[in-house]
Amino acid sequence: MGTVIYCLKQGLSNLKKNVLFSAASAVTIAACIFLFSLCYCIIVNVQHITYKAETTIGITVFFDEGATMEQKEELKNAILEHGGVKEITYMSAEEAWESFKEDYFGDRSEELAAAFADDNPLADSDSYEIFLNNIEDQEAEVEFIRGFDIVREVNYANSIVSALESLNRVIYVVSGVIITLLFCISIFLISNTINLTAHMRKHENEIMKMIGATNGMIRAPFVVEGTLLGLIGAAVPFALMCYIYKRAELKVAEYAMGSSTLGALKDIAELVPFSLVYPKLITAGLVLGVGMGFLVSFFTIRKHLKV
Amino acid sequence: MIEFKNVSKLYRKGVRAVRNINLKVDDGEFVFLTGKSGAGKSTLLKLITRELTASDGEVIVNGRDLKRLKDREIPKYRRELGIVFQDFRLLNDRNVYENIAFAQRVIGAPLSEIRKNVPMMMQLTGISSKYKSMPDQLSGGEQQRVAIARALINRPSVILADEPTGNLDEKNSEEIMRLLTEINNMGTTVLIITHSRQLVESMKKRVIVMDKGTIVDDYIDPSANKPVSAFFESETKKRGRSRKNPEFNGAGLKIVTDEDEW
Repeated sequence: MGTVIYCLKQGLSNLKKNVLFSAASAVTIAACIFLFSLCYCIIVNVQHITYKAETTIGITVFFDEGATMEQKEELKNAILEHGGVKEITYMSAEEAWESFKEDYFGDRSEELAAAFADDNPLADSDSYEIFLNNIEDQEAEVEFIRGFDIVREVNYANSIVSALESLNRVIYVVSGVIITLLFCISIFLISNTINLTAHMRKHENEIMKMIGATNGMIRAPFVVEGTLLGLIGAAVPFALMCYIYKRAELKVAEYAMGSSTLGALKDIAELVPFSLVYPKLITAGLVLGVGMGFLVSFFTIRKHLKV
Repeated sequence: MIEFKNVSKLYRKGVRAVRNINLKVDDGEFVFLTGKSGAGKSTLLKLITRELTASDGEVIVNGRDLKRLKDREIPKYRRELGIVFQDFRLLNDRNVYENIAFAQRVIGAPLSEIRKNVPMMMQLTGISSKYKSMPDQLSGGEQQRVAIARALINRPSVILADEPTGNLDEKNSEEIMRLLTEINNMGTTVLIITHSRQLVESMKKRVIVMDKGTIVDDYIDPSANKPVSAFFESETKKRGRSRKNPEFNGAGLKIVTDEDEW
């Protein structure tokens, strides 16, 4: 126990002896982990929005003018027989108009809709809203529906989904490059910091070797130093992300609630709750920061152990 | 016991630092190792501390063949040695107590043992009153006492001192030698490397003289009570304390005792 406390104290003392280099290392690790956390949060949320878009928006089927209710019923049965459908609901022209007024006119619904009097601008816009069990079957289902003569148009979340997926890919690549670069800089800086401390403690290490200290005992304060750098580097961005994310969560919710232009996207415009994000975020940050500090210091100090 | 059997050390650049050394230092002996710069004294010391390994021959310390010592066994072996340096090598950011305790901390000794042993060593070396002082507040003699206390605290069987009085004035040198003699009287083997002929002459102990990597003389002052391991021709003959050994070829050792004629 005494040895552990001694090594911890020496590790802390190393940090103090070498404040500027330690700070530079910690800041670089923090920047690296912050960027990683930021990218992680963006990716998680884009995936979340993509999923919500796929499941919430569903497939909307519009009919040809003059299609009879019988034909529409036949289509419904055919779709259900085809399988994979979780829910299929019919939306009449009147319901579509009500929904439109609610989505786009908001509080001034009655006033703005008055101009249309009894005319329903969506008279030919009755439709089926179809939700699938498995979103991956969406493309095949759309193709199947398009095969029917009475189908005029099929809308589905394809454009939103593919835009979000493209965004995700861009984020993956850009963040991957930046994070790799920052990791390399962090490794270089931690290694330099440890080398500098080892140089400052050369005299002490030589004495330790001659007294009979094991390599582990000589190495321990440096590994503690590296690990602490990693820990600081992980804690700072986590605290920062915690603050930023919670603010963002509130802002997005407020925006979605107050916006009249989002329309159907209102339902999907929400961030993944922070309580679901932080366990993975904190684990990844700690593994990255502490792991990097530990490993870099462990291997850097090896060359100083030969006395 | 320290024993060298036909030991040679060849450095990478082809320099032969020591050649064909045969030497035996018994437990409890007090020995001076002396010679000019470049004679091979430090190499001999490094062979004992296992900083270097012999190119040829065997170095045996306390029954261990150092060449066969595995890297992970070296720390444990070094705990049997106490090393004292000319420049003291104290940690300037720690006080006397912490400098001595350091030797126990780094080998993972329990705190209770450290608390018991440090005051004991400070008392033995006469620096108890300075326990809070930092190294730069101490005289050279006091710093060397701290270094000796640090070397002794792990209860080594051998003390290796490399020019322990090199940075000290005459008075402090005498005190340090008196302290090392006391330690030797308690049963610890003491091997001192020194350039100082005056010091060697005043102590009347066994003296090993090296030159160009070989032992050229190994004698003892007749007034000392320790057995002599070897006895060779040397320039000390001029001082009338050594006798010529016609059989000496740089490798063989002739064991004689102090009953022999001087």
